[in-house]
Amino acid sequence: MIGVLAMQGAFAEHVRALEAIGASTRLVKTRQDLAGLDGLVLPGGESTTMTMLMERVGLLESVRAAIANGLPTLATCAGMIVLAREVTDGMAGQQGMGLLDIAVRRNGYGRQVDSFEAELEVAGLDGKKFPGVFIRSPLVESTGSAEVVATHEGRAVAVRQGHILALCFHPELTSDRRLHQEFVRMAKAS
Amino acid sequence: MAERNGSRNGNKAVKGSFKVKAGLAQMLKGGVIMDVVTPEHARIAQEAGACAVMALERVPADIRKEGGVARMSDPTLIRSIMESVTIPVMAKCRIGHFVEAQILEALGIDYIDESEVLTPADEENHIDKHPFKVPFVCGCRDLGEALRRISEGAAMIRTKGEAGTGNVVEAVRHARAVNAGIRRLHGLNHAELVREAKQIGAPVDVLAECQRLGRLPVVNFAAGGIATPADAALMMQLGVDGVFVGSGIFKSEDPLKRAKAIVAATTYFDKPEVLAEVSAGLGKAMPGLEIPTIPKDELLAARGW
Repeated sequence: MIGVLAMQGAFAEHVRALEAIGASTRLVKTRQDLAGLDGLVLPGGESTTMTMLMERVGLLESVRAAIANGLPTLATCAGMIVLAREVTDGMAGQQGMGLLDIAVRRNGYGRQVDSFEAELEVAGLDGKKFPGVFIRSPLVESTGSAEVVATHEGRAVAVRQGHILALCFHPELTSDRRLHQEFVRMAKAS
Repeated sequence: MAERNGSRNGNKAVKGSFKVKAGLAQMLKGGVIMDVVTPEHARIAQEAGACAVMALERVPADIRKEGGVARMSDPTLIRSIMESVTIPVMAKCRIGHFVEAQILEALGIDYIDESEVLTPADEENHIDKHPFKVPFVCGCRDLGEALRRISEGAAMIRTKGEAGTGNVVEAVRHARAVNAGIRRLHGLNHAELVREAKQIGAPVDVLAECQRLGRLPVVNFAAGGIATPADAALMMQLGVDGVFVGSGIFKSEDPLKRAKAIVAATTYFDKPEVLAEVSAGLGKAMPGLEIPTIPKDELLAARGW
């Protein structure tokens, strides 16, 4: 069972992608929804909105603890910001959970008019390139112990750190399911 | 669509494709977009958990009261709001006023609302939205109107409702009309679909896509008259993807508290016990208007076609 955090954002798109490859899913809106999950998706959306909502309903600490304790996690865009060690250009006082050893700059590629699509070489994926859809994407400025899985113009756009896979782009907005399949494999293996 | 709309740079990155334009709306789903008229409002909206703000000089309730021609806001105001928050900033241009849209694009705004709340600049044509790199959201009252806007390039749709009234009745009517329009497509064969397209004034190809998906091909928010957490949850239960709140927040007694409550109600729209909790003690909502008391020529939803 894969949980998809459903505070705000493109959670339905992740559910569709996961169900298309045969995974069962559950929307996560309360602490109880975290019970018995094999994996968790932190979707794209607005990182400030998601973090504040999680804080208000007492979900933030539980999610942090679950991921810190090894729950396999796929984070896209805003989800990556939520997990990061360091966030710059965020809302005043905005902090990541500090679970992923990267520094990110919010909207580091610019505003919406600079949002873009680019083909990516993703390490470990066979065959053709992966369609990267970047929307007001965070810019990864440095990676510590996180392993870089894909780059665009010399910057990391996909990183893996143990049980966490974090992406600047949105595989859930494409019909390419390879990264969701990879994540489901990670969830099954743990 | 990417080839039609997008521009390529040397590194094969494509900007402004329909995919990234519609994609931002997908990131806004499950969220609340709030009208703000000052940077201070924008910060309050962000602190309350808004997923985006709409920068404008007057909220619809004041536009309605003051009358006169309502135009795009001063770029100085829009810029100051863009600088004050990290969430996406939207702004309105008049229906058909493609130069106001060009100006908003030059400002680097994240979404343009081609809005009936402003005075239309063209009574026959909406903006051709395809050539723009910035995405557009447009209002609709039914499926045909939604699909006409999508075929012009809108990357997001919202109900028109009746802005500035604090009365949700028109938003409900429009959301139900869109839902009913989509339900009617079920089981139609191609010949019947062509007839339906003719009846509702929608392009056949977009209507066929709608039939295949069982929903609009782009994100659909509710707008126009939402004033309480219960209103927001009502619209979400009617199947919209998120809500715009215009005058409802900053015309109320305690904007921060109400804004937070509406954000929570949009996420927990299907949990009445949460709705009961967040609806309590919010102070006065904005004063509402009964639709029949509004002179016919002052109804904003009738603008556009």
